[in-house]
Amino acid sequence: MVEISSNLLLVAFFLYLIATICFAISVTGRKWRDKQGDVTGNRLGMVGYMVTAIGFIFNVGYFITRWLAAGHVPVSNMFEYTTFLGMALTFAFLILYGIYKTNVLGMFTLPIVMLIIAFASVFPTEVEPLIPALQSNWLKIHVTTTALGQGILSIGFAAGLIYLVRTLDFNKRDKKVFWLEFIMYCLVSLVSFILIRYVFGLFQYQAVFQYVNEAGEEAEMVYHMPAVLAPHQGTPVSSGVMEPLLSMPVWLRSDDANTVLWSLGTGVLVYAVLRLLLRKPLGGAVQPLLKNINPDTVDEVSYRAIAIGFPVFTLGGLIFAMIWAQIAWTRFWGWDPKEVWALITFLFYAAYLHLRLSRGWHGEPSAWLCVIGFVIIMFNLIFVNLVIAGLHSYA
Amino acid sequence: MEKIKCECGHFNPYGTHLCESCGKPLDDKDKNASMVDMRYEGVARRSQTYNKTIIDKIWNFFSSVKVGIGIIVLTLIASSVGTIFPQEMYIPSNVNPAEHYENEYGIAGQIYYTLGFHNLYGSWWYMALIAGLGISLIIASLDRVVPLYRALKMQKVSRNEGFLKRQRMFGIHEPDAPEQTVEDTKWFLSKKRYKVREENGSLLAEKNRFARWGPYINHVGLIIFLTGCVLRFFPGMYVDELVWVREGETEAIPGTDREYYIENEEFFVELYDENDETFAPALQRAGGPQVQTYQTNAVLYQSEGTGTVGTEPELTEVKSDEIQVNHPLRFDNFALYQMDYKLNELNVMSLSMNDRASGEKIGTIDIDLFDPQGEYDLGNGYRVVIDSYFPNFEFNEDGEPSTVSDIPDNPAFIFQMFSPEHPEEGEYSFVGIQRNEDVFGENDYEMSFEGVETKDVTALTVRKDLTLPFLIAGGSIFMIGLIQGSYWSHRRIWLRRFGGEIWTAGHTNKHWASLKKDFVALSRETGLEVPEDKQAKKAMKEKEPNGRDDSNG
Ligand code: HEM
Repeated sequence: MVEISSNLLLVAFFLYLIATICFAISVTGRKWRDKQGDVTGNRLGMVGYMVTAIGFIFNVGYFITRWLAAGHVPVSNMFEYTTFLGMALTFAFLILYGIYKTNVLGMFTLPIVMLIIAFASVFPTEVEPLIPALQSNWLKIHVTTTALGQGILSIGFAAGLIYLVRTLDFNKRDKKVFWLEFIMYCLVSLVSFILIRYVFGLFQYQAVFQYVNEAGEEAEMVYHMPAVLAPHQGTPVSSGVMEPLLSMPVWLRSDDANTVLWSLGTGVLVYAVLRLLLRKPLGGAVQPLLKNINPDTVDEVSYRAIAIGFPVFTLGGLIFAMIWAQIAWTRFWGWDPKEVWALITFLFYAAYLHLRLSRGWHGEPSAWLCVIGFVIIMFNLIFVNLVIAGLHSYA
Repeated sequence: MEKIKCECGHFNPYGTHLCESCGKPLDDKDKNASMVDMRYEGVARRSQTYNKTIIDKIWNFFSSVKVGIGIIVLTLIASSVGTIFPQEMYIPSNVNPAEHYENEYGIAGQIYYTLGFHNLYGSWWYMALIAGLGISLIIASLDRVVPLYRALKMQKVSRNEGFLKRQRMFGIHEPDAPEQTVEDTKWFLSKKRYKVREENGSLLAEKNRFARWGPYINHVGLIIFLTGCVLRFFPGMYVDELVWVREGETEAIPGTDREYYIENEEFFVELYDENDETFAPALQRAGGPQVQTYQTNAVLYQSEGTGTVGTEPELTEVKSDEIQVNHPLRFDNFALYQMDYKLNELNVMSLSMNDRASGEKIGTIDIDLFDPQGEYDLGNGYRVVIDSYFPNFEFNEDGEPSTVSDIPDNPAFIFQMFSPEHPEEGEYSFVGIQRNEDVFGENDYEMSFEGVETKDVTALTVRKDLTLPFLIAGGSIFMIGLIQGSYWSHRRIWLRRFGGEIWTAGHTNKHWASLKKDFVALSRETGLEVPEDKQAKKAMKEKEPNGRDDSNG
């Protein structure tokens, strides 16, 4: 059953890829007008929408079969939660496309969905049993609603990104262009991370180190990528592996730091190659494809996404969370890092709504805020789960 | 201040920008603009009108959204600082916090501790921020909602020319049959679930006005929620206690004034089956057993009358329940939660008295480690007296035997053994776990260890929280207001006839694309052209126009 489930996810992934291509052609393929001058790209957009919808059905198929296999709703570890977030993003896209019929949204959202699903697959995919604190119906309700809210809010990010790529002046080399390129670089690094993990995984690379852990005891650490950063007082046990360049202090998880270094380094490389090939900032290279996009529409899509997503997120991430915390942990609020970061997300989007409504932050400032909001969501997903230990920690 | 009379005859409060009734721009700024500021319908708001007394100044400060956003952002930043290192409540309770932060996190930890960030969310300034948020919410909402309510109630159907002309969406048409067009519009917009009002040839079609109250309702919800959080600090609203109960025992529940008692019939921990087909790979990777259930089978009793301390209370059973994580036992505003446990706590210890020379067993005693008797009579002149009992034995700083606590984790005894040979003085023997010593040299008798009985102990958190109803009410009202304001938008369409001309104007508080869609549908039905969107026009002029249609955007 778990295997069927994985295959369904794979099918969904490739359907999203096809849909991306459809949307990309429909946005950029202006040349393909028929004799009457009608744009055929629009029809391809509809095809993209249908393919996305079918992909989503497969995605739901993955979810249901995994649920059946595990006997509990599959949102209880990093792989499951992150995959569900990707699914929620697709769902949110289906809704917003229904309202605004913007093909360019598909062209940007679906690659993000694919990235998220690929990122999820980096984590262990075994079906895990639930610890007592997670055995509750509120697990389903709280986590799915939160992820759905985050998915909808992320559409705001996709639209904000489109707005920025569409409107920034890439001939100037100012701060704005720098930060947009920084976002591009982060996306490139994420792709690099997934690819190198996959490649080294294919060769089943392993390097074992003997080291001294925080408790001052001898321990072993297994690297799945060549070690540039060695653990504290580490010596290689496996033969024929790369000599590390630097030794890390004891409080740092050196294998994780090593992975991050690899990803960022490969990211620099890939980004540099792309810059050389394109001879422009990456945003500037994409911009001409978007010249027919109406920025105001994209701006409204991003606002609409946040107006729809904010209540859903509040309900799932704060209200349902409090109800469950009251039942499982005896208090509805405990200032656990994950709780605090949900509150921060909430406050941030509240500030966004007020800035927009009362201070007229439309267009560009609003788009930057959408980007920052997404960074906060990702921070909560990755950093708070994996680095700051707390009650919610998956690591 | 005196009221301002508009040419339509309506008296407006001092400070009004757009006549509440006909919408005519009243001050020069609006008269000269191509678009009027429709936020809050151009009503007179206290904060925009008065700025003399100190009260005015405070009012104006807190009613400013700029200030409100400032408070939100400060709260946000402060909250994130609190997650850099764990808060004090999450560090081990047996360490000195000052040392802990320094040892674990070095100089940064020391600074963190010195600045009081280890207790950030309970600090006075964090509370002050939250209080500021509450005050700001109340004042900003009052400043706007009252006049807004008036303006939306007063609005006339037939609006002033200057008002219509200065709407963001405005257009003039000359249809062939104006009368018919107005009729068609009326019919069509009614069908689209607009509320259409008519007044000598003019139309006002309005939809979802209730959405305008969304923000105020959600703010009210927030205020109730915050009030609930403040109530926590009043005595009696909140109980947080812990009770340990051994299997088979009954304890008074703290916080209930000895009205309720809880019995632990059984406590157990259940592990996942390591050979389970589904979970085996994950369990193997985790490399250890995983707990499936912590459970206390408990019985709740109520005592008849308030039993005074010392006397046995008379208990009647109220209910029995299986307490698990995620399944507390509830009664009367209280809930008992599975919080902690201890397996195999020593409970009864059996020892025998033996004749060392012959090895003959004289008799066995069973000592209840929580309630040892002073003397155990073995008959025939043999007795064992407990001279000293150390439930959790250690040698103290002076090298004397002593006890760490009352919990028998490491019990030790000094026995006085009486026998026909030693009827007066007895013989002393020191017995502990894995130690058995004569205290004063050679003894004829000895105590030897026979066995122990253990029991599992459960720890239950006792919680009463009378603020919950406020939080539930506040949270619900907040959600209702939030959804109301977010999922609907207040749209209005005005139509006014001037001879053969029909003027149309439209306004919405958000999501203009949806209003435009309505206009497009209206146009298809009645032939009325879609009014021009001034803002979009302005935007297109600023960004280089490319002359193509944007249907693909
Ligand atoms: C965390 C706290 C807050 C939350 C969650 C919140 C939530 C909201 C929401 C959802 C809206 C509607 C926005 C939209 O429809 O786009 C709104 C509007 C508004 N909020 Fe808040 N708010 C908060 C704090 C404040 C504070 C401190 C102020 C004080 C200045 C304030 C003043 C306003 C005003 C003036 C409006 C506009 C109302 C209108 O134009 O109809 N809010 N708020």
